[in-house]
Amino acid sequence: MSLTDDLLAKNTVQLDSKIPAGPMADKWNSYKDNMKLVNPNNKRKFKVIVVGTGLAGASAAATLAELGYQVDAFTFHDSARRAHSIAAQGGINGAKNYKGDGDSIHRLFYDTVKGGDFRAREANVHRLAENSVDIIDQMVAQGVPFAREYGGLLDNRSFGGAQVSRTFYARGQTGQQLLLGAYQQFSRQVGLGGIRLFNRTELIDIVVIDGHASGIVVRDLVTGELQSHAAHAVVLATGGYGNAFFLSTNAMACNVTAAWRAHRKGALFANPCYTQIHPTCIPQSDDSQSKLTLMSESLRNDGRVWVPTNPDETRPAHEVPENERDYYLERLYPSFGNLAPRDISSRAAKRAVDKGLGVGPKKNGVYLDFADAIQRLGREVVEERYGNLFQMYERIAGENPYEQPMRIYPASHYTMGGLWVDYELMTNIPGLYAAGEANFSDHGANRLGASALMQGLSDGYFVLPYTIGNYLAPMLNKAIPGTDHPEFKAAEEAARLRFNGYLAAGGTKSPDFFHRELGKIIWDYCGMERTEQGLEKALSEIPALYEEFKKDLRVTGSGESMNQTLEKAGRVDDFFQLGMLMCQDALDRKESCGGHFRAEFQTDDGEALRDDDNYCHVSAWEWGGDPMKPNLNVEKLEFEEVHLATRSYK
Amino acid sequence: MSNHLKNITLRIWRQAGPNVKGNFENHVIDEITDEASFLEMLDILNDKLVHEGKEAVVFDHDCREGICGTCSLMIDGQAHGPQRGTATCQLHMRQFKSNDTITVEPWRASAFPLIKDLMVDRSAFDRIIESGGYITADTGGAPDANLIPIPKVIADAAMDSAECIGCGACVAACPNGAANLFTGAKIAHLNRLPQGQAERYSRAEAMVETMDEHFGSCTNHGECEAACPKEISIDVIALMHKDYRKAKFSNRKDLARG
Ligand SMILES: Cc1cc2nc3c(=O)[nH]c(=O)nc-3n(C[C@H](O)[C@H](O)[C@H](O)COP(=O)(O)OP(=O)(O)OC[C@H]3O[C@@H](n4cnc5c(N)ncnc54)[C@H](O)[C@@H]3O)c2cc1C
Ligand code: SF4
Ligand code: FES
Repeated sequence: MSLTDDLLAKNTVQLDSKIPAGPMADKWNSYKDNMKLVNPNNKRKFKVIVVGTGLAGASAAATLAELGYQVDAFTFHDSARRAHSIAAQGGINGAKNYKGDGDSIHRLFYDTVKGGDFRAREANVHRLAENSVDIIDQMVAQGVPFAREYGGLLDNRSFGGAQVSRTFYARGQTGQQLLLGAYQQFSRQVGLGGIRLFNRTELIDIVVIDGHASGIVVRDLVTGELQSHAAHAVVLATGGYGNAFFLSTNAMACNVTAAWRAHRKGALFANPCYTQIHPTCIPQSDDSQSKLTLMSESLRNDGRVWVPTNPDETRPAHEVPENERDYYLERLYPSFGNLAPRDISSRAAKRAVDKGLGVGPKKNGVYLDFADAIQRLGREVVEERYGNLFQMYERIAGENPYEQPMRIYPASHYTMGGLWVDYELMTNIPGLYAAGEANFSDHGANRLGASALMQGLSDGYFVLPYTIGNYLAPMLNKAIPGTDHPEFKAAEEAARLRFNGYLAAGGTKSPDFFHRELGKIIWDYCGMERTEQGLEKALSEIPALYEEFKKDLRVTGSGESMNQTLEKAGRVDDFFQLGMLMCQDALDRKESCGGHFRAEFQTDDGEALRDDDNYCHVSAWEWGGDPMKPNLNVEKLEFEEVHLATRSYK
Repeated sequence: MSNHLKNITLRIWRQAGPNVKGNFENHVIDEITDEASFLEMLDILNDKLVHEGKEAVVFDHDCREGICGTCSLMIDGQAHGPQRGTATCQLHMRQFKSNDTITVEPWRASAFPLIKDLMVDRSAFDRIIESGGYITADTGGAPDANLIPIPKVIADAAMDSAECIGCGACVAACPNGAANLFTGAKIAHLNRLPQGQAERYSRAEAMVETMDEHFGSCTNHGECEAACPKEISIDVIALMHKDYRKAKFSNRKDLARG
């Protein structure tokens, strides 16, 4: 018996993925044909809470309000327009085949399953590929100014892990333009009264009554006041947990609190160790740095990655002769070259730097060189394609990439793991949904470029508005618990105690201090390369540091007005607990796949070695009352359409 | 290559809430690398303050990549500081020298009430968008994206103004606290595109009137353009006025027709 089947028999939670029957290409249509409907006039009798106003949350809230549901939307940002989605640079995939280069829904589906190293649920991925086409139409109708060719038609570029051009983009600000599109549609509903917006309001807890998600407890960040909100269903579109590493490309405020608090209330957390380290970020320049900056993967369309062959090289890049350069991606992966997937490119960069071949003052980067592109296309074309990225690089690094190659190094960027959801995007708690980066569903162990924006919008525009109706329909005219229910009061009281506890800790160190130390441990032992020994070390160091956090934390100021130190304390607390789960998951998964690279499990040429006999499953963890004692549940992954194969990009 | 700056004095605005008096507080940063960003310097200061048992300085920030529009500091009297076309978070200490005294204040505009220290409430911008800053296109039923070819120059011009990050520097820099650059940028983005034509005039009318409810009026100082981190051109204001006038004119015609 395989380990998967063995574990399956021991599940403590019933995990039904609810994948519709029938051929892969018909599943989603057949779901829509058979789901329960809520009559248009009855929709206003239902209240849906949407937490998060990024691509996933804004699109879901807008669409649900258009359909007639009453929507309450929450964000800790000052405006819905500021969600982290705004920072996405490179683009969004759509299987339009506008370039006539052989793209299709099937090919996007196949690339995504393969890119995810065969650890995603096929049916979800297929639906995502189907919806990708409608997303592009929808966003253009809203006025998103995607790049165009001279004839006026939409332009495309290629991204890592694909051999077709299917990525739509708006200069280097695709996420911004898509989010503004969704935000505008969302704002229209706020103006019309379909959505009530609660900005600068943070979710602190989820309330589950009789097994159903019944509402949330939030904290008004301006006044510190705690409030309860009841609803028929709750959607978490609260983004990823990449900031567990402290240094990452995520915006400063991104955190895991919403998902983590749901987890503590019974929602399973799936594959927490699947994190993505993005190959092209600006290397750290000094120890006080608070954040790393991504240089879009699209740069790898025209930039060539190399390191000098001599570890003692001191000449400036342009003086290093061709035969003393190693274009290692082109050498190792000739058919994908500089566009090899992220996990593979990141590890290759790490190996070069570990061998002492790194460049820059700290020897902590590799070159991304545009000299050939500038010669081939002219500076003007390069400027048109990447102008704002080059400008951003120059501001941060103080070097001009038109004259000197960029220096890049991998950094934490995206998290494939997240709340476990079924085909309807519902967690194992009925009525609680997770969308966008907050769920685990579509990218397996590695996400391909330009597919997170696609997933967020697919979930929000084209999945949730259908699946939520299917859940709500039978609840028509049935009373739901109000905020005076004891469970709400208990959750408010627990939140009050928690925040008062941070204020009263009376130690000496700021939440940031602990976050930085925690991040270092997670990065060193649960980052790009993991080992049993390292993970065990992390699992002794994190709980020790957590104890210190509880004793030696200092939060100044009060709980009654804007207090960013206090906000941070709550978020760091949750990162500690998540960090323990990430390491336990990484330790438990004795194989390498996608972004999860266990040094013990590699092929002779250093590629990830999967173990399909024993690990072809989703690891979904149940809160066990102590962050070091979670219960493992598994969902077996079955592949009908794509054959399990060793990923090769050679 | 990195250098170190020494002895930087920060004169920082502290104010506990909207209804209490504020004042400047001085803090000295003994040494900092010029590779650090301006906000990293504030992070270091805040860590020190917390360590000393004092309350950290409240300021808005998030992406630190110049795209989310959250950061919003008046640095030495300039919105987003001395570097042109650069949001506060993209400003690095290379722009300063040892022994500098740097004054740091919040956006000051009556439409942006102060929350605490350096943080203000910019929701009036959201009200402008809610009143008409969109193209009505409910989810589902959109035609194929390539059905309407859009000439590249038009798409590019729309993108130039769509780049606005909603930071509010234009308002903070304006002696009248006007929001014409922000509003004009959104109107120019949507009104230039074929998809935006159906609501072109009603959009201009609703947005301009909501803007006027919240913000001061523009007297063509041009400070907004100079402060804008995305270097949005003041031309968008002319386009906004033109569409607004047309809206008023065509409304009168509609009314006359009854
Ligand atoms: C620098 C960068 C570049 C990227 N580039 C690309 C790209 O080119 N293409 C691509 O496809 N993907 C890209 N990605 C990934 C992609 O941007 C994200 O995965 C995606 O935007 C996430 O969207 P989301 O809606 O799930 O979450 P987010 O946009 O992160 O939104 C989360 C929302 O939840 C709210 N929230 C969170 N917690 C709480 C709480 N407790 N209470 C209240 N509100 C809460 C926040 O306020 C926010 O509104 C990039 C990511 C980064 C970091
Ligand atoms: S127009 Fe410029 S200054 Fe004004 S909000 Fe937009 S980006 Fe900021
Ligand atoms: S923090 Fe996002 S623009 Fe400055």
